[in-house]
Amino acid sequence: MQWETVIGLEIHAQLATQSKIFSGSATTFGADANTQASLVDLAMPGTLPVLNKTAVEMALKFGLAIDAELGMTNIFARKNYFYPDLPKGYQTSQMDDPVVGKGHLDITLEDGTVKRIGITRAHLEEDAGKSLHEDFHGMSGIDLNRAGTPLLEIVSEPDIRSAKEAVAYVKAIHALVRYLGICDGNMAEGSLRCDCNVSVRPKGQAEFGTRAEIKNVNSFRFIEKAINHEVQRQIELIEDGGKVVQETRLYDPNKDQTRSMRSKEEANDYRYFPCPDLLPVVLDPATIEQLRGELPELPPQKCARFQSAYGLSAYDASVLSASRELADYFEAVNQVCNDAKLAANWVMGELSSLLNKDNLDIEQSPVSAAQLGGMLLRIQDNTISGKIAKMVFEAMAAGEGDADQIIESKGLKQVTDSGAIESMLDDVLAANAEQVQQYRDSDEAKRGKMFGFFVGQAMRASKGKANPQQVNELLKKKLEG
Amino acid sequence: MDLHTLTLRQIGDGLRDKQFSAEELTRTLLARIKQQNSRTNAFITVTGESALEQARAADARRANGENGALLGAPIAHKDLFCTQGVRTSCGSKMLDNFIAPYNATAVEKLANAGCVSLGKTNMDEFAMGSSNASSYYGAVHNPWQLDCIPGGSSGGSAAAIAARMVPAATGTDTGGSIRQPAALCGLTGLKPTYGRVSRWGMVAYASSLDQGGPMARDAYDCALLLGAMAGFDPKDSTCVDQPVDDYLAQLDQPLKGLKIGLPKEYFGGGLDSRIGTATHAAVAELEKLGASVKEISLPNLQHAIAAYYVIAPAEASSNLSRFDGVRYGHRCDNPSDLSDLYKRSRSEGFGSEVKRRIMVGTYALSAGYYDAYYIKAQQIRRLIKNDFIAAFKEVDVIMGPTTPNPAWALGAKGNDPVAEYLEDIYTITANLAGLPGISMPAGFVDGLPVGVQLLAPYFQEGRLLNIAHQYQQVTDWHLQAPTGF
Repeated sequence: MQWETVIGLEIHAQLATQSKIFSGSATTFGADANTQASLVDLAMPGTLPVLNKTAVEMALKFGLAIDAELGMTNIFARKNYFYPDLPKGYQTSQMDDPVVGKGHLDITLEDGTVKRIGITRAHLEEDAGKSLHEDFHGMSGIDLNRAGTPLLEIVSEPDIRSAKEAVAYVKAIHALVRYLGICDGNMAEGSLRCDCNVSVRPKGQAEFGTRAEIKNVNSFRFIEKAINHEVQRQIELIEDGGKVVQETRLYDPNKDQTRSMRSKEEANDYRYFPCPDLLPVVLDPATIEQLRGELPELPPQKCARFQSAYGLSAYDASVLSASRELADYFEAVNQVCNDAKLAANWVMGELSSLLNKDNLDIEQSPVSAAQLGGMLLRIQDNTISGKIAKMVFEAMAAGEGDADQIIESKGLKQVTDSGAIESMLDDVLAANAEQVQQYRDSDEAKRGKMFGFFVGQAMRASKGKANPQQVNELLKKKLEG
Repeated sequence: MDLHTLTLRQIGDGLRDKQFSAEELTRTLLARIKQQNSRTNAFITVTGESALEQARAADARRANGENGALLGAPIAHKDLFCTQGVRTSCGSKMLDNFIAPYNATAVEKLANAGCVSLGKTNMDEFAMGSSNASSYYGAVHNPWQLDCIPGGSSGGSAAAIAARMVPAATGTDTGGSIRQPAALCGLTGLKPTYGRVSRWGMVAYASSLDQGGPMARDAYDCALLLGAMAGFDPKDSTCVDQPVDDYLAQLDQPLKGLKIGLPKEYFGGGLDSRIGTATHAAVAELEKLGASVKEISLPNLQHAIAAYYVIAPAEASSNLSRFDGVRYGHRCDNPSDLSDLYKRSRSEGFGSEVKRRIMVGTYALSAGYYDAYYIKAQQIRRLIKNDFIAAFKEVDVIMGPTTPNPAWALGAKGNDPVAEYLEDIYTITANLAGLPGISMPAGFVDGLPVGVQLLAPYFQEGRLLNIAHQYQQVTDWHLQAPTGF
């Protein structure tokens, strides 16, 4: 039987506010346990929440970026359940009236087609603390530093049809929240986490199959693997005559398996009700317009501009606009050298391989945009050839200074003096008299192949510094004799 | 001079005129508490040393030329206001070991005004009750008749004032918990408009109904105290950013032209006719002072108790979830696992009325019941509010009995929680609608004090205090003291 996969994702993005969503505590990652837990975060009796305005503004920016209906009156509700790292015994979240309603996001698939993924809603809520199960001799420790960190939970429609699409969607959300500056996107630190709702159905069937939810998958790679594993598990189960049960599963990256965490029957009745300690958030249209004005250029617009303003191909433009930092880097390089195609080639080529090799982010690049741009200027003014430029680039990456310094100290300046090149070519031809004769005896087709040999010899003799174009022209003249 | 008989106003005058010092006054009252508390059980914790320190600090401020009306005034706090470094028990075993690490805003404001806190008063556990019988620290006795309840949940504050152990105290009112004990102990007590006094540091029972306020012997003292307690607090999102009126300045306004509404539903079945008579007598006094009277209707009153006993327990069931034995409060011995820790800590830490309301509230919020109970109750709440808005188009204030009955004998309603709930019938609507209400002494039934209640539109606490004060200029119910105190 042909099976179709149906996936919906819930992404939790930690908002990059200075303080928590309902208290003044800092949100910095990695502080000593419980040093960022205030009276409110500890849920001391008598304490009350006060909503962080910046968190709401960040959520609204996200809503504007996905062209969503905004909750002009949105309401916080309590989700009641007991857990030691949930100090109040309820999570303050949003249920019926979220800050962001229906919207959508376009993703580009591998074959270049664009697919629109519906976003059901995005709501604000507080993160829980962490339970620490080691070092406490049969007991558990609780760290409430993370408790109350603002989260934006972004819920997609079940529009995703494969693990690859899911990854493309998460990457697009990841890029978007980073573009907006509302989340640092650090998945290793849990700043962006993903729950995957996965089901399968026979191809052509209208109704959805029973879904399983895979909780807290924390990398693009794991999302793909976890979904593929779960799809396979469900298909095998059904084909063996079994039934998928609605449940929550955990993905174990070490074993590449999902395992059951709790079934629907064991699920809590969360007893949602409007939080009486917080007033409804009533938004002013003027605030929305102000936030709209503050929105940065977003990936789709940037991609289009890179094509129209710089003449880049659709592929180059989409690669370079995928992250705000990469796009900024590219534009900074172009600012210096004013040759977008050249800048794009170097950023996507040499620079990307350098970063990949050392597993670095663009912000950690050992070669700054100004350095790269400066080097490209020297290619443009024929000071160095493209080949020499690779040497210069490596030297810059090794921290040996700017392009001009390196060219100077290593004597890499291209030779453009035609007299010098001519005399060098005369030496080369003299040393290869036999090949010269052969060349001259050959027909046009054969000559073409042999010409490369002489260019190679000439470049070697000049240690790569001779201007290749001049070498070509002069060599041809001399061989034609 | 019998210092323990003085009102806050008289104390302010005496301190200003240097007839006695705050320290002297504090020592006198601490001695009196020592002598009388065993009879009433009004205090859970007496903070003698810190009280004397605060009194000396107040004396020093007066010596430096400060002359605030409350500078050096002794008060007590209901034991659900967090007081830094002092046990804040909420009348519960759950918080018997809880030393609050911070001050409630109301506590802080009163301390800044120079009030000297003598200690923490007894209360129904987590403010759930109308008799002060559900306290882990034992029942409180009504000074007017020691085998009777003082009312609740602010029963300790009421008994402490009535027994002349302290001239005034803070209380909180979720369904009548300031006004009802004030009525049953012959005091004046005011529940402000929801949002007038910060809830920061008040251990929550039902967040959308809870409101702190003053309890004292007369309206003047309530005005003094409310002026210091009220005001915007950025730490409480439900606190309203509106200037605090000069309540003292309004006290002397004449009542000529005042329109009083008497809801016919307040005088129906269930009301002790002698309290009805006392209420009408009070109305007649106000007419003599220039007020006019009109019968009005609050048709949804009959649904108030049902709605309240869905909404308040629903909120409580969530508010009390934090008491889980993990971070503070009671923890059971040797929990075998997490579930055991929760179950035993909460089973052991909470008393039966608290458990009852947690279960009722949990049920009301459950999937499949939420619409039928919680949503329906909120709809009734809106109807009740609309009744008041309509009524206040016709009249300036609404008047009636505070309670249907005088104080009952301790244990008389022990096995019938609903009978006790019904005692809140007249007070509960002000909480559901968020309106201010005051109870003032208006007579006696079988030697027990009874009170009348006045309700006013939002933020008209000044009007209520004005009417009560004018009434107290021509009556002496508020001047009576229980025999033996």
